[in-house]
Amino acid sequence: MGSERHTSVDEHTRSILVPHIGRQGAFVDALHDVQQAFGYLPEQALRVLADELKLPLSQVWGVASFYDQFYSVPRGRNIVRVCTGTACQVRGSQAVLQRLESVMDLKNGETSADRAFTLETVNCVGCCGLAPVVVINKKVVPNRDVERVIGDLPKGNEGDE
Amino acid sequence: MTWSGLSETCRRGTRVMNKLASAADLAALRARLMAERQPGCKTVKVCTGSACRSADALEVAQALSRELAQAELPVAVEHTGCQGLCQLGPLVTVQPEGTFYGHVVPFDAPKIVDLAVKRGQFVSHLACPHPETGRPVRSADDLPFYSSQTRLVLRYCGMIDPMRIEDYIEVGGYEALARVLQEMSPKDVIAGVKRSGLRGRGGAGFPTGQKWEGARKAKGGRKFVICNADEGDPGAFMDRALLEGDPHAVLEGMIICAYAVGNCREGFVYVREEYPLAVQTVGTAIEQARAMGLLGENILGSGLDFDIEVRRGAGAFICGESTALMFSIEGKRGMPRVTPPRSVESGLWGCPTCLNNVETFANIPLIINRGADWYVTYGTSGSKGTKVFALSGKVRYTGLIEVSMGISTRQVVFDIGGGIEGGKRFKAAQIGGPGGGCVPEEHLDLPIDFESLDAIGSAMGSGALVVVDETVCMVDFARYFLQFTQQESCGQCPPCRIGTYQMLRILERIVEGKGNEGDLERLEDLGRLISETSLCGLGKVAPRPVLSTLRFFRSEYMSHIFKKHCPAGSCSALKRLVIGPDCSQCGLCVEVCPQHAVIEKQDGFTIDQVICVNCAACVTACPMECILEDTGEGEPNERNSADHPDH
Repeated sequence: MGSERHTSVDEHTRSILVPHIGRQGAFVDALHDVQQAFGYLPEQALRVLADELKLPLSQVWGVASFYDQFYSVPRGRNIVRVCTGTACQVRGSQAVLQRLESVMDLKNGETSADRAFTLETVNCVGCCGLAPVVVINKKVVPNRDVERVIGDLPKGNEGDE
Repeated sequence: MTWSGLSETCRRGTRVMNKLASAADLAALRARLMAERQPGCKTVKVCTGSACRSADALEVAQALSRELAQAELPVAVEHTGCQGLCQLGPLVTVQPEGTFYGHVVPFDAPKIVDLAVKRGQFVSHLACPHPETGRPVRSADDLPFYSSQTRLVLRYCGMIDPMRIEDYIEVGGYEALARVLQEMSPKDVIAGVKRSGLRGRGGAGFPTGQKWEGARKAKGGRKFVICNADEGDPGAFMDRALLEGDPHAVLEGMIICAYAVGNCREGFVYVREEYPLAVQTVGTAIEQARAMGLLGENILGSGLDFDIEVRRGAGAFICGESTALMFSIEGKRGMPRVTPPRSVESGLWGCPTCLNNVETFANIPLIINRGADWYVTYGTSGSKGTKVFALSGKVRYTGLIEVSMGISTRQVVFDIGGGIEGGKRFKAAQIGGPGGGCVPEEHLDLPIDFESLDAIGSAMGSGALVVVDETVCMVDFARYFLQFTQQESCGQCPPCRIGTYQMLRILERIVEGKGNEGDLERLEDLGRLISETSLCGLGKVAPRPVLSTLRFFRSEYMSHIFKKHCPAGSCSALKRLVIGPDCSQCGLCVEVCPQHAVIEKQDGFTIDQVICVNCAACVTACPMECILEDTGEGEPNERNSADHPDH
């Protein structure tokens, strides 16, 4: 039930926070660690975090919502990010994004219903020499290899397709 | 990682992780490391910077290690940071011959091992072709890409293994620190940096020595040194490459800064979350420096206590602004504050804080080692030394470059970059990212330094240099940058929050062919207003790409507004699909058009431009390939129905 789930989130979050308690300005780092554990920032985890770090929940939410890399909703198991940095833009990242939107049947920023994929954009990953690039689960992939790499990814729920 | 284990077996010496208690210990260690390296010792250096890694450099390195092991050759495969020529990655250099190979794939490993390593030959068919003659190039220095550069800050980037502090010490690393601690007073250090004329490489170009002096004079028992590695400019990757390729040079610069500033025990490196490899590399470097006693308490027995911590950003461009960055380290929303007080007086947690860019810190050991008098021989009167640029866009050779200040844009684009790819025509070089401006063809001979760029409304910025050719629409390019700054505006002050939004709306209308008379004047007014009244640097420079393109490419804007025509032919809303003369009248386009926009007339088919949505279904269907994209001003009878459908 709900309360059971809360307990496990509570405990997990508390264990993540142990090294951060008492460290000055550890808050953003703590958010990173919580997100790494859950894949996003569950509301309950933020409540625990506020409690443990003795901060008002409003402030916790204020910071979490300020930064683009913190997510308040669950995301896909595989993250496909189209780089829209200048060099990629000049070499056609918009066309790459449009192509992936139609191939994956997702709009920019959306997660597929089976949570296999999230498609989003990222501001420059610094691989401008290979532009345009797509980042697939932290691996920077040049445009020509994108479909192959996506095809090789484990989707988890194969039967759903 | 598996590869470090593999390469370790054939490496010279063992890893040294004893604490160095004095400068003499450091010198002794260096002497030992140099003695252990046998003269003529063979090594294979594989570039494993981010760009080469995404081109499978790690697989290449593994294949090379495997081949070497099979051939029972005691040769090390060294993983270096970015070697610069990202376009031709993965890059492999075989030492001591210095033969240089590009676009290496794992399949090439046996040939490289057998011919280049074992027999010391030059494998010409794997080498890079010379951009002019097309002949295979033997060593990297024979390529104009490298020979036209002045690599001072990048001298070890791509040469040493960034994961091994021993490699850095062997080439003389931390000697500047030892000299500073032994022979120089903090005042001497500051005087030296001031005399070198070094200016901040993060964009604003503030004199570094003056900043350090300010931080030293500020009253406070607790001071901080921060390295700004929140390189958010789209198109910039200099800081990433430096942190990934030569992290210890940055750390050494920071420790020297801490010594000069005084009362400073803590430092931070604030790195973008989007650079996982840089976070990892600099983290490893800090651990190794700590293990060696180069960070922590009583550094080299001098009594200096200083340690560094890595803090990760979280995807907010605005955190590259120094006051916002400090709030972010404090665990708050990264929103800039009004200055003064300047950070050197009241920065992180209200303490005096000296914040510099990655490249600025990397310059420091160089200035200490070689002296300010040597350093000022590079550069121009107002801008000393070199500048690292991330060269990208439509040039033949993209990558990480370093040039002496004052070099011309022409040399960068045509000598180093090898000119425009695909034989297209150069249009502009955009320098400084979203806070910079463009250098058009008529200013190609303009020297690249702080003053000259400022004079034409461009900016050095952090060092992104994106080359665009005739196929790029400058209006859309300006819109792209403004869209970026508008999204990244923290929303605190109205000129930036509302002003950039209004400018963006006007630009969006123009690229959609819905621009009006007076739009350009409105853009200029808004741009000036935003520049003058925004709270922080981001807002102040946000209108620059628009104002700069308006200055040099006004006719392109006019063409969009008054002729509904994109001269570069790239704005999709201004494209028209028309039926060409080869039409066989098969009628497939009529069938597939979801909008029923293809109309049969007496003299054949035409596309009704009012109904057409440019979906290109007809282009795919047409067996004769005769449905064309019309981007020109001609054929007015095809276009007149489309001009201003909603007016």
